[in-house]
Amino acid sequence: METPALPIPEARTLVPPSLRGVLPLLIAIPALVLFQWSLQGSEFATYLLSVVGVNIILAVSLNIVNGMTGQFSIGHAGFMAVGAYIAGYCSLQLKEVALSFLPVAASDQVLFTVALLVGGCAAAACGFLVGLPSLRLRGDYLAIVTLGFGEIIRVVVQNTDAFGRALGLSGIPQYSSPGMVFFWVFLVVLAARRIAGSSHGRSLWAIREDEVAAEAMGVDTTGYKVRAFVFSSFFAGIAGGLFAHFVPIINPGSFTFVRSMEIVVMVVLGGLGSTTGAFVAAIFLTLLPEGMRSLFGALGTEGSLAQRVDQIRMPIYGLLLVVLMLARPQGLFGTKEIWDVLPRWLPRKRRGLA
Amino acid sequence: MAQLLQHLINGLAAGTIYALVALGYTMVYGVLKLINFAHGDVMMVGVYMGYATAFAIGREARGSFLGIAAVFAVAMLGCALMGFLIERFAYRPLREKPRLTALITAIGISFALSYGFQLDIGFLPGASPRAFPEIIEPTEWLIIGDRDVVVWNWQVISFLIAVGLMVGLQYLVFGTRFGRAMRAVSWDHRVAALMGIPTDRVIALTFMLSSGLAAGAGLLYAIKDTSVSPLMGLYVGLKAFVAAVIGGIGHVPGAVVGALVLGLVEEFVVGYAASTWRDAVAFGFLILVLLVKPGGLFGRVAAEKV
Repeated sequence: METPALPIPEARTLVPPSLRGVLPLLIAIPALVLFQWSLQGSEFATYLLSVVGVNIILAVSLNIVNGMTGQFSIGHAGFMAVGAYIAGYCSLQLKEVALSFLPVAASDQVLFTVALLVGGCAAAACGFLVGLPSLRLRGDYLAIVTLGFGEIIRVVVQNTDAFGRALGLSGIPQYSSPGMVFFWVFLVVLAARRIAGSSHGRSLWAIREDEVAAEAMGVDTTGYKVRAFVFSSFFAGIAGGLFAHFVPIINPGSFTFVRSMEIVVMVVLGGLGSTTGAFVAAIFLTLLPEGMRSLFGALGTEGSLAQRVDQIRMPIYGLLLVVLMLARPQGLFGTKEIWDVLPRWLPRKRRGLA
Repeated sequence: MAQLLQHLINGLAAGTIYALVALGYTMVYGVLKLINFAHGDVMMVGVYMGYATAFAIGREARGSFLGIAAVFAVAMLGCALMGFLIERFAYRPLREKPRLTALITAIGISFALSYGFQLDIGFLPGASPRAFPEIIEPTEWLIIGDRDVVVWNWQVISFLIAVGLMVGLQYLVFGTRFGRAMRAVSWDHRVAALMGIPTDRVIALTFMLSSGLAAGAGLLYAIKDTSVSPLMGLYVGLKAFVAAVIGGIGHVPGAVVGALVLGLVEEFVVGYAASTWRDAVAFGFLILVLLVKPGGLFGRVAAEKV
């Protein structure tokens, strides 16, 4: 499709071309180190930020399948469980190992990264398995297969001795830190944005808009769908691994259908297809219960309502979904990114779909 | 041999209850092409309505035929009304939107109901399971040998009700004017409206029918299980949905066959393997069926046109 060349001026930057590819990394890593350093000593903030980060990874990665490709997957917690259990198991096995040529802390982080990657790859393999039925199944049917897959994983974990059955896995070394979590947040956002803007992403958008037409135009729909699943589940596995390394115990109860739905709510609230939307919605929905708890605490409703926050969270999520679909079915941002909806006087990033 | 027979009977009994819930899924899907995720939770609300009624009419009246009829009537009518309200205010405004929006709404309603009922504010029942009053005294209806095989009266009753309802529904869909309207709406609701069919009314009635059925099925389930809890709808509903998909969703006899097959498979897993694997096997079976026949056992995959 030949469009008349849009008058987009070549971005004037001071960055030499040789640095452009790695520039985000060069900025992100020192920022994260600073961030990590500023958090020392406040355990609650550390915990909360880790949870927020894990939820962002989950939401942004699910958005690749649900939002960009339009394949509704409601079993994301299953992939997270695979990552959490495999990475946790790896770390437990590697507990005694130390890379002697490195200082202890660095050696731990290297082993942690290895465990995370193993967990992520295991989840990606599962994503491949789930993506394959998308050869033949569409829409609701595929959604129900992903749901079934998530439940199967939960039952398998519950019946495996190595994974502690219903009691779960405990004693996983607590290697995870907000710096590490947000490094992966940075990676998943970067990857999602790069995909959205690439020709690969265009194919995903095409599948989302009209699968039959996309196929007619020569898009290898199955291939792209399976790849989207693999990619998304890899990051879900990483999120699971990170989660396993900062909570004291992981058990099958953490990865139920309800958990999957929480992630779906985040993606839908943010807008199916909007990476920054998923990002913002994940932060908002994770901090909302905490905010409500402190609000009720401050209002002095003698703790009863403040304690009920976790109870009323799920009904509120449910009503939120209904109201959102009725009032604003495209979510907060639709398929736009946050910089597209900023006030007009702020510079726009670029024109067009992505 | 006797053990096998007993498993067969138990599996069929479990399957009939799934079948009753699955019929509701199938009817709504058939007409609207919507997976009504909240169906199981409507069932749960119906069970609680029946529970409240059974207590309201007192212990003596509970065992009588009139008492049982009252419990079923209140639950089924109450649920039909609720189904109407849900359809009117949550699904109807979304009818021209992509199907995904309605699915997300349905999931939202399901969560609002099942978790809303876990609160213990006001009249809401709270999260802990409760014992369902015995409105049908469980008695052994048939005993073979030295209690090798036992058939309970509720198993027979629910089997007969399920078969009766299936035949009734099949007649309703293929033998009445309303059924013809339903099929027309299912085929293409815009053209059906052009032909003078009151589509909104047909859809609303279908919803009420399916919700009322769900309440009846839920009561049979509660009689069998003797306990009720706000989360029962989520899992019974999920299983019934699996059954409907196995049979080919939108196909009335298919839902019943799918449910019976699922009930038997689950019962054999519990009987000969381990009960903890039951859910995994149910979903594994579903995936297997869908891989071989993407439209379910009886369903057909509609060719998509551009």
